[in-house]
Amino acid sequence: MSLRSRFLLPARVWMALFFAAPMAIVLSYSFLTRGEYGGVEQPWTVENFIRLADPIYLSILWRSIWIAGLSTALCALLGFPLALFISRSGRRRNLYLQLVLLPFWTSFLVRTYAWLFILRDTGLVNTVLMRLNIIATPMQLLYNDRAVLLGLVCNFLPFFVLPMYATLERLDPALLEAAADLGARPFATLRRVIIPVSAPGFVAGSVLVFIPCLGAYLTPDLLGGGKTVMLGNLVQNQFTTARDWPFGSAASLVLMLASALLLASLMRSRMARELT
Amino acid sequence: MKRKALGIYSAFVLAFLHAPLLILIVFSFNSSRFTVWEGFSFRWYRAAMNDPQLADGLMNSLIIAVVAALLSTLIGTLAAYGIWRQRSVILSGSLYLSLVTPEIVTGVSLLALFQWSFRFLHMRLGLHTVVISHIAFSIAYVAIVISARLRNYDRSLEEAAMDLGASEWHAFSRVTLPSLAPAIAAAGLLALVVSFDDYVITSLVAGVDSETLPMVIYAMARRGVSPVVNAVSALIVVAFGAIILLSQRLQEK
Amino acid sequence: MQPVLELRHVSKDFPGHRAVDNISLELPRGGFYALLGPSGCGKTTTLRMIGGFEQPSAGDVLLNGSVVNALKPFERDVSTVFQSYALFPHLTALRNVEFGLRERKLADREPRAMRALELVQLTGKQDRTPAQLSGGEKQRVALARSLVLEPQILLLDEPLAALDPKLRKEMRAELKAMQRKTGITFLFVTHDQEEALSMSDKVAVMNQGHIEQFGTPEEVYLRPATPFVAGFLGAINWFGKTGVRPESTRVSRDKPDGVPCRRAAIESSLFFGNRVHVNSVLDEGGLAVAELSREQNHFEEGEAVWIHWEPADELHFE
Repeated sequence: MSLRSRFLLPARVWMALFFAAPMAIVLSYSFLTRGEYGGVEQPWTVENFIRLADPIYLSILWRSIWIAGLSTALCALLGFPLALFISRSGRRRNLYLQLVLLPFWTSFLVRTYAWLFILRDTGLVNTVLMRLNIIATPMQLLYNDRAVLLGLVCNFLPFFVLPMYATLERLDPALLEAAADLGARPFATLRRVIIPVSAPGFVAGSVLVFIPCLGAYLTPDLLGGGKTVMLGNLVQNQFTTARDWPFGSAASLVLMLASALLLASLMRSRMARELT
Repeated sequence: MKRKALGIYSAFVLAFLHAPLLILIVFSFNSSRFTVWEGFSFRWYRAAMNDPQLADGLMNSLIIAVVAALLSTLIGTLAAYGIWRQRSVILSGSLYLSLVTPEIVTGVSLLALFQWSFRFLHMRLGLHTVVISHIAFSIAYVAIVISARLRNYDRSLEEAAMDLGASEWHAFSRVTLPSLAPAIAAAGLLALVVSFDDYVITSLVAGVDSETLPMVIYAMARRGVSPVVNAVSALIVVAFGAIILLSQRLQEK
Repeated sequence: MQPVLELRHVSKDFPGHRAVDNISLELPRGGFYALLGPSGCGKTTTLRMIGGFEQPSAGDVLLNGSVVNALKPFERDVSTVFQSYALFPHLTALRNVEFGLRERKLADREPRAMRALELVQLTGKQDRTPAQLSGGEKQRVALARSLVLEPQILLLDEPLAALDPKLRKEMRAELKAMQRKTGITFLFVTHDQEEALSMSDKVAVMNQGHIEQFGTPEEVYLRPATPFVAGFLGAINWFGKTGVRPESTRVSRDKPDGVPCRRAAIESSLFFGNRVHVNSVLDEGGLAVAELSREQNHFEEGEAVWIHWEPADELHFE
């Protein structure tokens, strides 16, 4: 075995044992049945997947897609101008990129908790507003979809900004001058040059936000209370309190498949090739 | 688009991103337990230092993070180098996939693996299962950092070494490895932070006796906002921030 | 006939320095002109003011007799070929060339674009994206893209700078032919005097924001107006305040009669294939370079010689 293959061996073994094998187990569990005391046993069945088509669970799926989609849209809306600004910042661009990334590298749990601190009934926002006599009773800012959206957007904004910035860097100012030189007014330049050239970064950023938002667990758990149940919460619930591992596995599989398919289509698309 | 308007807008967004943490840090020095500022105080920090649960959690987290970081850095560095010299679609694909997989899915799948294997192995969930899980998801992060460094690395350096008589191993260990050293350190620090901060996967595969710091914080946060959590959070933010900044400095070398 | 382009006392100030200082220029229609000068002389800034990407701080830019200072680039009938070509990466060569035609909403864009591509000899490559084209091909697409709009004047910013030497020589001839064929006025910016001399009908030599001379290639080379122009257009030997070009400089063992001469010692000679450059150190101090044919070079290193020239070949300045 060549040296290089030997180098790859530890990683291959680890990924096989602790990434591939677990996935295989989950895959097989999704086709099995829940035992009396919460175990997993035969017979083999597709019951779990059929159950997922139940309106209750479909609504959870739908809600996950909806929240992930909305988060993505908000990240794109907020992130695009920011990425544009950074790409034009010359020498300071690395500083700004660091600033964008920095919150990301602090603890996710702490960041989510911070929103709890700010938004709850006795939290900062309500306390300040009541002190200023703007409101009389605390506003319900937490434990709803809005709070979850806020947490997700805040957390995943860098995931959009970075690929968007990488693409915008390629938007040479000479291209804009060339467009104007050839007769394009500012709006036409935006439509015919800026948008098409920045599209790949836009798509990549969107996918990189959508996938983790779809599978979010901690944010809806802490900020959504019991009311915002997304797929991630469903999976966690089935593997702990409800002790229905086969059903939980089926839900995991759906989540996993959706993520993998989205990523694969992104990697394959011409846009990914343009980014690398 | 006017530059100034863009600049003001960006300042707002950046402030929005950083505000929650800054507010948390400021209020961790609040002497009152309510969200009304009553004066500067270290009392919550003192309370945090004296809390036995927090201390245990911290110890567990540190042990896990250090062990996991060391091993994942080793494995990940070798993997990144191996891929750089000889493409492996399956390995790079699975590393990518492990990054993209939702944490909850990784967590439950590892839980399923462990419980299944415990039928034969007579073990239980504990620190070791947490370490194994952390290594599994950290390898990808390490590989990314090292791969990024290798992308700018001149292949012909190793070829020159071999031309001068060095074996493949020596070409790696005497030429490439020293050059990779800062990146390896950076990746290690990253793995440390990623492991230390993990809640979702850890909560699923940790045993009863191996509560980590995030798990303790989560439980406290669930019970309601406690100023002690504010203090701990502030400490974590500062510690992580410092480590990550150091990591990035190393990567720029 | 009205000049196609006129610059009247145009200046451009940037914070800290004056890039263009009170220049005036008139370009008759249908010629091939060059703005020649070292980097930082203001030639690119001048070009950008004509194209509409910079506003003059003072003076007027006139196109066909009307002042265009206030007009934006997309409102001017001027087209620019950028140094980096600035091809749109997401469009094929054909669509790049059609770009301006689309803005004008012309119906027969595709045939026009194809004709332009034919003119630059890129038929067959119209469906390639810029990433799939070589440097020379990209330059031709940029050229076609601008020419297809049939502008009053075509501006080229160091168009040959990024090409390798052999390609550069080929492109010089092609650009010249294209200008003759289309009849469009070309104004191109370069720091390469060989380029400017070989291609242009008239050359404007710029230095530190001024135009030092505007004349035909023969005029600026043989009758330079200032020492700077003399030195920039070609090599020159200085004997005090008198300049003599190396090709007019002779070397002989015996003292020549009736012509200006100086004593010198041969230092070295450089073989350039068809010519030889003989370097000698003057007894009075300084160096002189003589350009001789192979046959004329029969001197040894260190030999004492006489450097001489015809009085008619002298260049005098105040």
